[in-house]
Amino acid sequence: MTHSEQQYIDLYNNYSEVIKAHSAAVLNGPRDAAFRHFASMGLPTMKKEEYKYTDVQKAFSPDYGLNFKRIEIPTDPFEVFRCNVPNLSTLLYFVVNDLCYKDNPHLKDDNGIFLGSIKQAPEEVKQTFCGLYTRNADTATDAVTALNTALAQDAFMVYVPRNRQLNKTLQVINLLHSKTDLMVNRRVMVVLEEGADATLLFCDHAMDSVRFLATQVTEIYCSDNSRLDMYELEENHILCTRFSNTYVSVGSDCTVSLNNITLYNGTTRNTIRVRLEGEHSEVTLNGCVIADKNQKVDNNTLIEHLVPHCTSNELYRYVIDDSAVGAFAGRILVHPGAQKTVSQETNANLCATKEARMYSQPMLEIYADDVKCSHGSTVGVLDENALFYMQQRGIPSDEARMLLKFAFISQVCEKIKLEPLRERLNYLVNKRFRGQLSKCTGCSLCK
Amino acid sequence: MLEIKNLHASVGGKEILKGVDLIINDGEIHALMGTNGAGKSTLSNIIVGHPAYEVTEGSITFNGQDLLAMKPEERAHAGIFLSFQQPIEIPGVSMTNFLRTAVNERRKYLGLDPLKSTDFLKQMREKRKLVELDSKLVNRSVNEGFSGGEKKRNEIFQMAMLEPTFCILDETDSGLDVDALRIVAEGFNKLKTEQTSAIIITHYQRLLDYIRPDKVHVLLNGRIVKTGDAELAKTIEDKGFDWIKDEAEN
Repeated sequence: MTHSEQQYIDLYNNYSEVIKAHSAAVLNGPRDAAFRHFASMGLPTMKKEEYKYTDVQKAFSPDYGLNFKRIEIPTDPFEVFRCNVPNLSTLLYFVVNDLCYKDNPHLKDDNGIFLGSIKQAPEEVKQTFCGLYTRNADTATDAVTALNTALAQDAFMVYVPRNRQLNKTLQVINLLHSKTDLMVNRRVMVVLEEGADATLLFCDHAMDSVRFLATQVTEIYCSDNSRLDMYELEENHILCTRFSNTYVSVGSDCTVSLNNITLYNGTTRNTIRVRLEGEHSEVTLNGCVIADKNQKVDNNTLIEHLVPHCTSNELYRYVIDDSAVGAFAGRILVHPGAQKTVSQETNANLCATKEARMYSQPMLEIYADDVKCSHGSTVGVLDENALFYMQQRGIPSDEARMLLKFAFISQVCEKIKLEPLRERLNYLVNKRFRGQLSKCTGCSLCK
Repeated sequence: MLEIKNLHASVGGKEILKGVDLIINDGEIHALMGTNGAGKSTLSNIIVGHPAYEVTEGSITFNGQDLLAMKPEERAHAGIFLSFQQPIEIPGVSMTNFLRTAVNERRKYLGLDPLKSTDFLKQMREKRKLVELDSKLVNRSVNEGFSGGEKKRNEIFQMAMLEPTFCILDETDSGLDVDALRIVAEGFNKLKTEQTSAIIITHYQRLLDYIRPDKVHVLLNGRIVKTGDAELAKTIEDKGFDWIKDEAEN
């Protein structure tokens, strides 16, 4: 057992009763089992293929504080936070560290929709939660999921019943706010019943210049004929580490799109596992990464085609600058019998300096004989001819480089269907490349 | 305006220019002719500061400034423009964004405020008509999906937007049909003033029927071996370069 692992084992052994006492009761069920899984597995090392490019041991080794007693931070996020996506009228919720903010509005509506802390959910929603909790997020196979399940004390629940739709985008701001180094363990569940429809936007935001370690496990259950459009926007700082595991199961005739945008962070590891369980569904994964300095961003995705007639599209684009490191591993697994699968996977990367590193692994595994699948990956540098052409027109070298990087990343930004976000993202990406996003722009505390 | 003295230059370790001397005064148009590989494009690339070309000896001054000490963008700001033989496609960078940045960078250099968006778009509309460039093309990425002729017209359009004082047209006539050639040449003539000068690199007399040169130079094997007036281009059209080669060797 390494020091990293042992400190979490000791922590749990000493505090498990405190954790349980201050937790939403529905999260206590699988807690001990999840801890046992963690204790027997330990944290993965870089020898494990899936974590080859992210040093989990190192990320978990600092002595972070945790807020097991759920002490509220005396901050009104509605006061201090200015939304970074104007012109977007949203249902706005705050999760401060891993506490759902107590004064979040519109908890439930007459149509049976529920959004908010599982603690405040009506009994039938809690039952739905219990029935699905950890069903896809298997604590026996992933140490981060196991640890999150052992430590998480609250969950943000999105429940949209049959044939209902969210009339506005739900925006959840994950604020990280602490005076000392802090670990947070967030949990999210999204349940869309048959024919339900939702657009969700999660924004990560760090307000203080201390070290943060955030683990997040998101379980998404899309029933037949539902539609989900989900965006995650990371805009933290260099001292933040994020481990996010997302598990999605998709019924028949669904349209699901997941968009991960890493604008700024220290170390990011996003794991996405999608199971296409019903026919005629379409799933889209888009990813956009901008990393510089010594940042590390690792996206690891798996799309499983379990049934025939489904479509999956995946596009990840990275711009890696300075001595940053990017990694992408995208695996498409077409199971026996999943005929007429159509799948396309593309990972395009730009290394802007000689020191920048990108590790790309597009993977296709096909066990059916009537499918149309393709995958591709490119790693390139800035086009010197284009740079010179622009310079000859009077555009200084730095500006020309910025324009080329922006052009490269904008090809994935264009895929974003949520228009105000798309427009805003262009602005933010521009700012990011100009080095003006080194600290967060959204909160008034930083100004 | 431009003074080149004893210019020697190489690319990839191979010496291409072996002592070029050339003086171009305000308002003059010089045609530069010569066989393939004679060093015509090398000379134009050196003038605009292409990083792949190395000057080993000699000097170039532009309006009294040491041109070789300036960055490519500084040369552009000073008023030098190259119409590329093969214009570059830049996917994802819109023509509008590209030109707005270029125009405003030049204005910044000249101590002017950035152009207002409406004024800029108005200027785009006006200048576009000069070379009959389709508005659809202006809404695309730089040169992306442009035909060969459209790319060349786009070069002259950019020239119109940037209002340079010294232009190099590097085989701007190649690949153009007769109508496109006329449009491009007439566009250039409209932009030409008594203060602006140019080097026209071409293999054919037909462009020089539209743009009348004050002087014609023949570049062979890295040196200017003959200089004459517009009649020289016509003689070359009839007789080729062999007689000049013979003259040079004797």
